[in-house]
Amino acid sequence: MPLIELEGVAKDFVVHRSAGLLRRDRITVQAVRDLTFSVERGTILGYIGPNGAGKSTTVKMLTGILVPTAGRVSVGGLVPWDERIALARRIGVMFGQRVQLWWDLPLVDSLELLRHMYRVPADRYRHTLASLREALELDPFIRTPVRQLSLGQRIRGELAAAMLHDPEILFLDEPTIGLDVVAKQRVREFLIRANRERGVTVMLTTHDLADIERLCSRILIIDHGRLIYDGDVNALKERYGTERVLVVDLEEPQGPLEVEGGRVIKVEGPRQWIAFERARTNAAQLAAAVATRANLRDLTVEEPEIDDVVRRIYLETRP
Amino acid sequence: MAELRESLSLYRLLIAARVRAQLQYRTSFAIETVAAFLVSFLDFVAILVIFSNVPQLGTWSVAQVALLYALATLSFAFTDLVIGHLDGFPALIRDGNFDLMLVRPKGTLFQVITGDFQLRRLGRVAQALLVLGYALNTLAIDWTPDRALVLALTVPSGVLIYGSVWVAVICIAFWTVEGREAANAFTYGGAFLAQYPMNIFDRWLRRFLGYFVPMAFIAYFPALHVLGKTDPLGLPAVLQVASPVVALAAAVVASTVWRFAVRHYQSAGG
Repeated sequence: MPLIELEGVAKDFVVHRSAGLLRRDRITVQAVRDLTFSVERGTILGYIGPNGAGKSTTVKMLTGILVPTAGRVSVGGLVPWDERIALARRIGVMFGQRVQLWWDLPLVDSLELLRHMYRVPADRYRHTLASLREALELDPFIRTPVRQLSLGQRIRGELAAAMLHDPEILFLDEPTIGLDVVAKQRVREFLIRANRERGVTVMLTTHDLADIERLCSRILIIDHGRLIYDGDVNALKERYGTERVLVVDLEEPQGPLEVEGGRVIKVEGPRQWIAFERARTNAAQLAAAVATRANLRDLTVEEPEIDDVVRRIYLETRP
Repeated sequence: MAELRESLSLYRLLIAARVRAQLQYRTSFAIETVAAFLVSFLDFVAILVIFSNVPQLGTWSVAQVALLYALATLSFAFTDLVIGHLDGFPALIRDGNFDLMLVRPKGTLFQVITGDFQLRRLGRVAQALLVLGYALNTLAIDWTPDRALVLALTVPSGVLIYGSVWVAVICIAFWTVEGREAANAFTYGGAFLAQYPMNIFDRWLRRFLGYFVPMAFIAYFPALHVLGKTDPLGLPAVLQVASPVVALAAAVVASTVWRFAVRHYQSAGG
C-alpha cells in the first residue's frame, strides 16, 4: 500500500476583493485541481513547479494544515486533517522560511522541549540526538540561542527538530533556500543518509534543480494546480533539460554570432547568450568556435532553470 | 486523566522556558513589572475620584466597590498573565506561523497559550491583591461557608469567563486579518466595565454584559452574594451563585468556536 495517496484532490480559496466603497466581491481561486498521485515508502520525491503553482497548498493538505475542498487524501493510512495529532507524531515538517525553534532559547533547549511535546522516551531521545549531532554537526552551536545562529546552522537545527521523533515521512518546503553551496550540500547529504539508513520517505518542494538532481528518485511537476509531469529525473532532463546556455563577453559589441551547434537567443552590448543542445555539442567546442570569430573576454555556462523546464513541459502538454 | 497530567507538565516546561528567557534581563523585568503595577493602579484611582464627589455609587459604598473592582481586576490580571499574548494572535495567522502549530502533536489552543508568558503582568495581579486586601479588611463581612465558597470560586470562574470571551472573539482573526481591534473592544472594554457595579449602567448595556458577554458573572453577581446585598436590579438570587456554571458554559462555547475556526483556517500564501 502506498504511504501517501491523493485522489481527485482540489482546494479552492475564497478571496475577497473590494469593489467600490462598501461592496466586496467574492472570488474563488482554484489553487489545486483534480490531483491524483501516490508515493511509495522510501521514495525521495521532488515536488516542483513555479511560484503559485499549488506546491505549498498540496503539502499543507498532506500535513493536516488545510482541509481540501474535494477529494480523498491518505498519509500513512490517516486522513491528515481529521487525525492531525496522530499524524503529527509520524511526520516531520520543515519550512525553510519559517522558524520552528524557540527563538530565544539555546538549540538544545528547543530540542528538549520538542522531546516532551512528541513524548520521545528519554533513552531513545539520547540515542537519536547523538546521531543527529554527529550527522548535522550540531555540537559547535548547540548551546547558542537560536536567534544568534547563521541561516545554515539554523536550518540544520530545524532538520534535527524535524527528525527528533523518528518520523516516517519528512515534508520539506524549500529546505535549501538561501543557503550557500557548502550548506546546501550538507543538507542534501543528511537527507540521503536519513533516507538510506532510516528509510525515511522524503517529499520536498524546491526551486533548486541541483536539489532535484542530487536527491530525488522521482519528481512531480505541478503548474496552475495541475500535475503536468510524473517520472524520474533523468527522463525529464533528457526530454526537456537538454538545452544549456553559453554566455560570452566579447571585447567589442557585435551582431549575433553564427556558430556551429548554437543559436544566439539574446544580445546585450558585448554580451551574447548562445543556446546549445548538450547532445550535439559541448561548451568547450562552442567556446572554441566563438573564439575564432571574436575576441573573447569571459564566459559562463547557465544550467537550465526549473522554471524553464516547467515552461517547456507546459507548452508541450497544453492541448 | 493521564492526558491532562501530561499537558500540565508540558505547560510547566514551556512556561518555565519563557520565564527563563525573560529573566535574562532582570532590570527590564523589574521596571516593567512596577510600571504594570502603577498603570493598573490608575484604574482604581479613577474609582476613588468618583467617590470623592459622591458618597455612594448606585447603593454601593467605596469599600464594596473596591471588592467588586478587586475581584474583576484579579480575574482579568490572571487571564492577561496566562493568555494576554493572544493580542498577537492575528499576526500569527497573518504570517502563516499558525501552520507550525498544526503539524505538532498538541492542541492548537494549547500551543498558542504556551507560546508566550509575560511575567511583567504580575504587576497587575499584585495591585488587585492589594485592593482586595483593603476591601476585605474594611468590610465587615458576615462569613458563612457558602459566602467563602462563592468568593473562592469567583476568581477561577472569572478567569475562565474572560479567557473564553477572549478566545472566542480572537477567532475573528481567522477570517479577517485585522481582528485585533474588534477583539480588544470585548476584552479590555469588558474588563473595564466589570470593575463597576452593573446597576449603574443603562439597560441596554446591562443586557449585553449579562447575557451576551457574561461579564456580570465575573464580579457583580458573586459580590452581591458575598456582601449579602439585595440586587438593586431585583434579578433572581440564583444568578449570584451561578458564575462557575456560566464559566463552564462559556468555555464550551469558546472551544467550539475555536475548533470551527481552525477547521476553516486558510493559511497564508499559496
